[in-house]
Order: sequence, then structure tokens, then C-alpha cells
Amino acid sequence: MTVTQAALVDLKGVGKRFGAVRALNDVDLMFHSGECLGLIGHNGAGKSTLMHILAGTLGADSGAVLMGGADVRSGYSVQVARQHGIRCVFQELSLCPNLTVAENTRLMCPGLRGFGWRCKAGALIVATLDSIFPGHGISPGDVVADLPIGQRQMVEIARAFTCVDEHLALVILDEPTSSLDARVAEQLLRHVRRYVESGGCVVLISHILGEMLATCDRIAVMSDGCVVEVRAASAFTHASLVECMGTVSKPQDQAQAFISRRNGQAPVVEQLPARQQNGQMVAAWPGEIVGLAGLAGQGQSQLLVQLLRERVASGQRVAMVAGDRQTDGVFSLWSIAENITISSLAALRHGVLIDPQAEQAMAAKWQQRMNIRTQDMNNPILSLSGGNQQKALFARALASDSELILMDDPMRGVDVGTKREVYAIIKEEAARGRTFIWYSTELEELNHCDHIYVFRNGQAVADMPRNELSEAQILRSSFQEEVA
Amino acid sequence: MNAPQPMTLKKPAAPNVPGSATGAVNRARWLRNALPAISLVVLLVTIFIMQPRAMSYMGMNLMLNLAVPIALATIAQMLIITVNDLDLSLGSFISFVACVAATLLNDHPLLGCLVLVGCIGVYALLGALIHSRRLPAIVVTLGMSFIWVGGAVLLLPAPGGSAPQWLQALVKIKTPVLPFAIVVCVVLAVAVHLFLMRSRFGVVLRGAGGNPLAMAKAGWSLLRIKVTLYALAGGFGVLSGLFLVGLTTSADANMALRYTLLSIAGVILGGGEFTGGRVSPVGAVLGALTLVLAGSLLSFIRISPDWQIGAQGAILILVLALRTAVNRLEVRPV
Repeated sequence: MTVTQAALVDLKGVGKRFGAVRALNDVDLMFHSGECLGLIGHNGAGKSTLMHILAGTLGADSGAVLMGGADVRSGYSVQVARQHGIRCVFQELSLCPNLTVAENTRLMCPGLRGFGWRCKAGALIVATLDSIFPGHGISPGDVVADLPIGQRQMVEIARAFTCVDEHLALVILDEPTSSLDARVAEQLLRHVRRYVESGGCVVLISHILGEMLATCDRIAVMSDGCVVEVRAASAFTHASLVECMGTVSKPQDQAQAFISRRNGQAPVVEQLPARQQNGQMVAAWPGEIVGLAGLAGQGQSQLLVQLLRERVASGQRVAMVAGDRQTDGVFSLWSIAENITISSLAALRHGVLIDPQAEQAMAAKWQQRMNIRTQDMNNPILSLSGGNQQKALFARALASDSELILMDDPMRGVDVGTKREVYAIIKEEAARGRTFIWYSTELEELNHCDHIYVFRNGQAVADMPRNELSEAQILRSSFQEEVA
Repeated sequence: MNAPQPMTLKKPAAPNVPGSATGAVNRARWLRNALPAISLVVLLVTIFIMQPRAMSYMGMNLMLNLAVPIALATIAQMLIITVNDLDLSLGSFISFVACVAATLLNDHPLLGCLVLVGCIGVYALLGALIHSRRLPAIVVTLGMSFIWVGGAVLLLPAPGGSAPQWLQALVKIKTPVLPFAIVVCVVLAVAVHLFLMRSRFGVVLRGAGGNPLAMAKAGWSLLRIKVTLYALAGGFGVLSGLFLVGLTTSADANMALRYTLLSIAGVILGGGEFTGGRVSPVGAVLGALTLVLAGSLLSFIRISPDWQIGAQGAILILVLALRTAVNRLEVRPV
């Protein structure tokens, strides 16, 4: 890249406020053709806000948005962004679930018209899908609501790269890999490189440091609404990236001796997965953190739901932390405090009514304990950033008097700093005798578990205590059939 | 790569979709789409067994005469439901239109036409108001229902008036082979289906019901979409009122009040959902016909009129229970 080359988009001193909160503060950032720019930072650091501004869905309050030398900030909108060839794949899925894949393509490509537009749209999207994700198995007539989340994400990404009579210069990918499996994610990253080498520009946001380092040319680190560091990706390492984000990278304290809690006592949980054929039980003893591993969607969530149903039906206390917080987690119209206390209302009763003071006290206690970043717990839950919403969901489960807590891949799209804080609290609670069953798609997280079950095809196929845990062992169990 | 890479394990989504599961989903969807047609056929066959004479041009004409206004009202309601709203004023609006047609349109055709066009304009404005002020459509239309009824009473304090001759002639056209009502219903279903389900524009309208936020982010104007759908709904409401007054020849301020609930029931019977932009024009028309025929069936089996409304409700619950059972099939097997 030559220095003289004009930037595709040049953000100068861009600022954005939401009420009293300063989401972006004097951000300077350039986007060049033929380059993949990585954007990394905490949840709530302002990455998504910045991308919303670039895509035209939010207006900047101050600063300049220079495109081809002209400031287009005033009057900038989605239409203007699209005229400049800027497309965005947002973190929250933006397909219409009631429409088919082809119809969703049409929503993005006004160029599709005339008789037989449906066929044209279908052929286009399938061609793009074929080139990015060979072997995707999606047909243009599929209704999006019927597709699993991974395939929806694939359609959404392919749609951003599909264009008819339009020019495409810059594609923003906001956490594109969070719902894709490793193989498909790799296909996507390869496509990003191909696209960048052919002269396009991609902005990649991800919490997976390895893929950022391997894919991006340049990485910008954001923290508290500012860009704190922009360097060539080759000048970063895993450790220096984490350091820039402002969280301290500690080596895992593996030294901590593993003590099995599986002694004489009776287990809290003994559950046979619905499709288990050999009678292997998933068991958990008091104070244990049990991990459910394996590829995504192999029956781990079903086991959790099965457990939850049986416990609720038999009147035993149980709490669940949802992974898909928009669908299963938050009450989006309620305040943060109400979202936290909903599982503990029985304890907050004063006569037949709920005691508002006790409710506030419980909320305040958990705000402090979980370090939920807000000025007022009575703000609506959606005013929190994603990571903090997830903390509120953890607080809801932990504040209840349940001895058993189920976690359904709760750390999806949560930044490293928040994860560490939550891990520490989980360990603390386990030490007090609470039992956790934790489904996770991230191998790192299994290091926090005392006992791990690996799932494949709805069955627990491997069962290992932490001292026998190895990545190789888990991979082998997860993939056995494919390898053989 | 020099850095330790956090490994993520996710299911390879594409190749692992079991064929049987998608097959089951497709079958359930097919069954759901076919359910309105199946319920209608079952109802028709029962009627024909009970009363073989109904199986004639004359019989069908008599039974389905009043089906057209209801079908038009159902389509109007369906357009509102497409964007996750509900129109509680539809019945009183249709009554108002009928009163306008029986008075103004008959006496001063130009003024009458202007008022009817104005009605459509009011619907468009309602759409704009509901969207821009983020008001709940149910509340706004509930309020509007009183305004429409009030307007109708002002125009026609006592039942009466007279529909224009051309209107009366129009709704009594005798078509060869199939009764006019059936022809109109078929044309209506096919036309709205082509517009809403197959055209480029229809996709945008339905998308706004499926994921409004995403539509806004993709640069579509939700305001324009809502205004369009409300105006269209108003248009079908006007057609429904005109057709109704053509059949009855005179009007009454309360003549179509029950259309509000009938139209909602028709949409739902026809396989539509209250939210998510999942609607079906063909289903909606079939649903409206089912409701009308359910009434006829009850007369044929000599259920006293005192019990008919209750029995009609029971038929409705039965069909909806079937729907729920089919929906349960649609839930992806684990």
C-alpha cells in the first residue's frame, strides 16, 4: 500500500453521545482499498457504534466523514453509504425470518427487477454462497426461519457480497464468526483475503484474536470510545493485543491442583441424555463445574433444557443462563434491576407484595458484585452493552437460591475482560457448594471445569476429569466419526 | 501464527442438516398451508351431505353471497397484520363506507367518491401516525372505530338509504358456470397473492413485518411501507363496504360491526400469524369462506340462532386447535 493512495473513507474526530454516555470520542480512522482492517476492543468500547456510523444507521454528532475528499457527515444515511459501496453485516442478524433466502437477497439488491427476479436473486445468492462457503447446503427457496443460526449467518454474509449494478467497496463484518463453526469461519476468512487482494476493503470485528492476527492487514484497538492503537497486524502478538485493550493477560493458573469432588456423597444431577444409547449418565456433584463440550448443536443445549424441565416439574430450584440473550435471556422492556430480581421474587416478598427496597438492594448488591457498568440499575436493560447484559443474566441466576445453575454457551460474543470476571465469580460460587453445568463451544473455557463430557450426535461420548483434559482428546471425541 | 489461538468448536452447519428433519419441516409447512383448504372442503362436503340441493349454482350463490364483503374485509385486515398491527376499526369503517354509499354516493356521486377517496387517505394518515408516533395500532384503531360509527350515525341516523343502482347491478352479475361470488373470491385471492407474495414490492412489505429493524438498516422507509399497507387496507375496506351495500341495497350504521372480529378470525384461520409478517392471502380468503359456510352449516343442521354464534366459535376453536397441532409438527425435531 502506498502512502499517497487516497483513503476510501477517512473518519476525523468523530464523536457520538447517547444521552450522558460518550460512546465515541474523537475517533480518527482511515479505511483503504485492498486492505482488511481489524477492529478490536472490549464490549462497549464503541466498535459497533463506530460501524453503525460508517454504515449510516447512526449519525455522528461531531467530526468529519471524508469520502473521496468531501465531508459527507451531514445528511449521511444508509442510502448514501450504499451509494459509496459500503455494506454492513451487523452483529444481530438482519434477515427477515419470514422470507426466503432469495427474497432476502432482493431486499439488499434493488437492482433485481423485472419478470423472474426471484430466479435471478436465487441464482445470485447461491453463486456467492458457493464461492464463499462451498458445500453450504442452502437453497434459495428455503425460508430463513427454518435455517439453523449458522446458515443464517452464512446467507447474511453472502448477501453483503452480492451486488447487482452496484459498486461494492467496503464490507463491514461485525463478529461474523461467532455463530459459524471453525471450518466455515475459515472459509469466510479465506474469502475475506481473496476479496481484499482483489482490491476491496473489509472491516473485521472479532473477539477471536487468532483470526484477527491471521486475517487483518492492520488492527485498530478501541477502548472507551477511543481508538488507542493502530498498527500493522504483524506488529501485534496475542499478548500485545490483549494488553492494548486494557485487560491484563494472565497465564492460566494451571498450577492449581485438581481435586475431584466425586467422593462418597450423592450427585446432585444424574441425567441420561435423550438420545443416549449406552446408558452413559451426565452427572454432577455438589460444588462441581461440569463442562459439556463438543461441536455446537450436538445435543448439549437439549440436555440442559431437559434437565431444566425435569427440575422445574419436580419443584426443585434451578437457574439457567441463556446464551441467546435476545431470544431466551433478557426482558427487553424491563429495567436492569427487574431483570436481575425476577428469579428471586419469592425471597423479596413482603406479605403478598414485592418489597421494592429489598429489590433495589438486591440489584445494587449484584451490580457491585458483577461490576455491571451503568449509572442506574433502573435504566432499561437494553441500555447496557452486550457483555453487561450477559452479566445481568448471570446475576439473575446467581442471585436466585438455586443450587444448580445451567449455562447454555453464555459467553458468546463477550469480551475477554468480562469473561475473566465472570469465570472468577463462577469459581467462587462453586467453592460455596453450588453446582454448575456449563455448555461451552470454546475450548479455553473447559479449563475452568472440573469434569467434562464431550457430546456427539446427542450423546455423551467421552467423560473426563480435568486432569485428563486435553485439546486433542476433546477434538478426537468430537470428530471421531468424521475421522474414521 | 505465533499466538495461541483460542479454538472454537462449532458444528459444521451445512453438511450435517439431516434430510429427514428438513423433510418433516417441509411436510409440516405443507400441511399448514393446506389446512385452510382442507377445513373448507370438509365443511363443504358436510353441507352437501346434509343438504344436497346446496350443490348447485343457485345454492352456492345463496350461501356465498355475503362471503365477498367478508373476504375483502379479511384481506384488508391481513394487510394490517402483515406489519404486526391489528385494525379494530375495520367493521365500523365498513359500516361507514356502506352508509356513505347508501346516501352521498347515491345522491351526489362526485361528493360520494371524494369522501371514499378521503377515507383511504385517512387510513394512510393513520399508518403514518402509528408509525411516526410509535403508537399501538390497537389503541388508535379502537379510537377510530368510534369515530367511524359516529360518522355513520350522522349520515344515517336510522337504517335506510339506498345503494346506487349501478352498484346493485354490479354485485348481482350472473357469471356462467361459477357463481359471481366464487369468481370474485378467486380473482381476489390470486391478485393479492401475486402482489404480496410474488412481486418485488410485496417482499418489501412482508419483510417489514418479519424484521422491521433490519429493513430500516437496509435503507427502506418503514413509514412508506406502513402508509402503503394502511392505504391498501383502507382501499379493500371501501370495496368491502360497497359490495356489502350493493347486496343489502340499504344501509345501517351498525351493519358490519362484526366484520372486525370475523376478519381477524379469517386471517388466522387462513394460516396467518399475528406477528412476524407470516400471512397468506389465499388462506385469508379461504378462511373468510370457511367462516361464512360455518354459519350456513349451522342453519342446515337446525341449530337455533341463539346457539349459532357459540357454535361458530366452537368451529373456530376446533380449526385453530388443528393448526396448533400442525405447528407442533413444525418444531424442528432435535
